[in-house]
Amino acid sequence: MSDMRTPMSRVRGLGSAKSGSGHFIAQRATAVALVPLSLFLFALLVALTGADWQTAHDALTNPVVGVLLLMFIGVGVVHMRLGMQVVIEDYVTSHGTRLLALLANTFFSILVGLTCAYAVLKIGFGS
Amino acid sequence: MADTQQAARPLSPHLQIYRRTLTMMLSIIHRITGVGLYAGTLFLAAWLIALASGPAAYGVFMELAGSLIGRFIMFGYTWALIHHMLGGLRHFVWDTGRGFNLTVVELMAWAHVLGSAGLTVFVWWLGYKMLGVM
Repeated sequence: MSDMRTPMSRVRGLGSAKSGSGHFIAQRATAVALVPLSLFLFALLVALTGADWQTAHDALTNPVVGVLLLMFIGVGVVHMRLGMQVVIEDYVTSHGTRLLALLANTFFSILVGLTCAYAVLKIGFGS
Repeated sequence: MADTQQAARPLSPHLQIYRRTLTMMLSIIHRITGVGLYAGTLFLAAWLIALASGPAAYGVFMELAGSLIGRFIMFGYTWALIHHMLGGLRHFVWDTGRGFNLTVVELMAWAHVLGSAGLTVFVWWLGYKMLGVM
């Protein structure tokens, strides 16, 4: 038996989904952190422009450089996942496709984040 | 029984209806650069993997990164990151409830456009300085 209520009347009175503020705050908090971290990335990349493997590798074995890079990657991945989530929710209207896109977004973010972190840690711990 | 869910409701006009304004274009570009940076993390990952893999892999990566297409991608990434960052700074100002005065909005928008272009060129100038080209 189909529901005679309108979509609006079904959601009225339920309140918010309860996670919107958390998303908003996390987006801003990561954005604030990414300003100095991005400046650090630019400084590192400029300093390593044209550098050979040994020089670049040595630079990343420095713990300060390594930890800052890990922070850029970790915070960046969280920020980009939140941002892409909003883009998906704005444009993908079909329920199933949206679910898949949101899932893919999370998987991609974790994959890229862990891949970068693995490489930085491998360099940092040396071999 | 009337199917209320199928009722034809008026839609709000979409983007092409409105006169293009700078702030509107910057809002769109902010989103596009965000998506671009999302994809750009693969470039960062490739660099780090190559660096962790050894001199041979790093040589291959640097060869690709140094090519015309590689430089184009890196220049685009630089501009996208700077532009997105400055866009974020504008949003921080608005998040505090300030800067909604139209003159201020226009001023911040122009500072955003010129600032991101200037800073991108500055970063690349520093990079070429490192190479000893300039």
